[in-house]
Amino acid sequence: MSERSIRDQAAIVGIGQTPFGKRLDRSEFAMAVEAILAACADAGVDPRVIDGTVRYDMETTDEENLLAALGNPQLRCFLSTAWGGGGAASAIVLAAGAITAGLAHTVLVYRSRARGKQSAYGRASNLGGRYWERLDTALPGLNQWHVPHGLVSAFQEMAMIAMRHRIEYGTTDEHYAEVAVAFRSHAARNPHAVMRTPMTVADHHASRMVSDPLRLLDCCIETDGAVALLVTAAERARDLRQRPAYVLAGAMAAGGHHIRLSTFYERARRDDGAPRVARQLWAMAGIEVGDVDVAFFYDFFTPLVIMALEDYGFAPVGEGGRFVAGGGLAWPDGRLACNTNGGQLSEAFVHGFNNTAEAVRQIRGTSTAQVADCELAFVAGANTDPTGAVILRR
Amino acid sequence: MTLREHILTRGVPLPLPTADNAAFYAAARRGELHLQRCTACGRFRHYPRPLCPACLSREHVWERASGRGTVYTWTIVRGPTLPAFEASLPYNVVDVLLDEGVHFVSQVLDCPPDALYAGLPVEAVFVPASDDITLVKFRRRPPAAA
Repeated sequence: MSERSIRDQAAIVGIGQTPFGKRLDRSEFAMAVEAILAACADAGVDPRVIDGTVRYDMETTDEENLLAALGNPQLRCFLSTAWGGGGAASAIVLAAGAITAGLAHTVLVYRSRARGKQSAYGRASNLGGRYWERLDTALPGLNQWHVPHGLVSAFQEMAMIAMRHRIEYGTTDEHYAEVAVAFRSHAARNPHAVMRTPMTVADHHASRMVSDPLRLLDCCIETDGAVALLVTAAERARDLRQRPAYVLAGAMAAGGHHIRLSTFYERARRDDGAPRVARQLWAMAGIEVGDVDVAFFYDFFTPLVIMALEDYGFAPVGEGGRFVAGGGLAWPDGRLACNTNGGQLSEAFVHGFNNTAEAVRQIRGTSTAQVADCELAFVAGANTDPTGAVILRR
Repeated sequence: MTLREHILTRGVPLPLPTADNAAFYAAARRGELHLQRCTACGRFRHYPRPLCPACLSREHVWERASGRGTVYTWTIVRGPTLPAFEASLPYNVVDVLLDEGVHFVSQVLDCPPDALYAGLPVEAVFVPASDDITLVKFRRRPPAAA
């Protein structure tokens, strides 16, 4: 590890969110502002002292909009993640990096999404709703290599990746169901979750197949909502309203991307994004995988949680399915408490930012599925994109 | 009509050839599968790109490939999907590992869902989709011809 590091330099001191729902009929701008003000109030920070931002790459509430809405004249550092869901936790890495470098002292990290099925408000792919329903019909980009064959959306691409994992390791429908059922049981305790009706393995198996081997209940939900997080320097964090969630470690790595499936298998899996993030992350943190008290995986699809367990070393490669069996991810009695908010499968799909907010609640001790004496929380972005992960500590 | 219905893509999405890949589509129109091959190290690559990812050479030729390979992974799309593909539901999409060592995403034609498996031998067929674009699809290949 180099001398310079983001280790322990920053902390998440404020979290804010809107209600989550399948169709809220609110603009992404309005939801973003609500979540941001809530995060500032939570931290006890005047929004006008925010001097840095990390914007999710598809975010429509851009810096100009923020300045106009928040009356903030001091913005001096504005960053963006890349590659969709892979940037979910990278946003925190970038915020910690900006603080470590002295580019900003109070960094706003946020994501506002109108992604319910009926929530599209324009033709461009980032303007709400299902992006894949508005693909171009003349494709100069890399999606020309699969979209014309009928592979048009993330769940179909991910089905191919999940199928390969079954081919190699024998992962089963029962393993998938374990992930969905465990996270739903967490959502049932969370009043903010969109999907709270308890789910059984039989319910999972009875849901319709959408793209083999993925069933409807293997997929994250399509929702509207926003989440904002406020990150500040560690030495400032102690004086604010909440118990800080210190960023113990964070890392990013470029790798394969599901929307470029024609090159996804060019690299050996150990050389892909998530496994390389893992090596950097554990080295920087100076802890073992087994030290983690609660984990948040980017649960866009159940088999990708199983693969992430392997990518990050929670389970040996090929053993992710067996790790989740028998309620392995369920709070409070599983092998590893995971996505205790219900995750994106059952709470809301806010590109992982809702999972990060829940990780902060675990560090504070305020989750509705609270892990006893929680000291270390792991949060990862999508493992089939160029990606990143962080470890938060009490 | 709701906004969602108004902005839904109803046409068939097709490749728009670029300077980097026009040769691929020109060959496909002739009923041939051509891939870039690095002049320096001999490796094939796909998708087309201006640099060899293995040796970083910029020198390459377009070479006719065997068109043969095996299914590496696959899915059966059951919907939802774009309107242009709805009449075909359920349909397969496959990742073929070509004999040249590169992956190629396509479909296996005339193959019922139950007949798909990893390792299925396939060979390329050429399906015109417009005046300019012929898509490279696959069909099952008898093991005897492997």
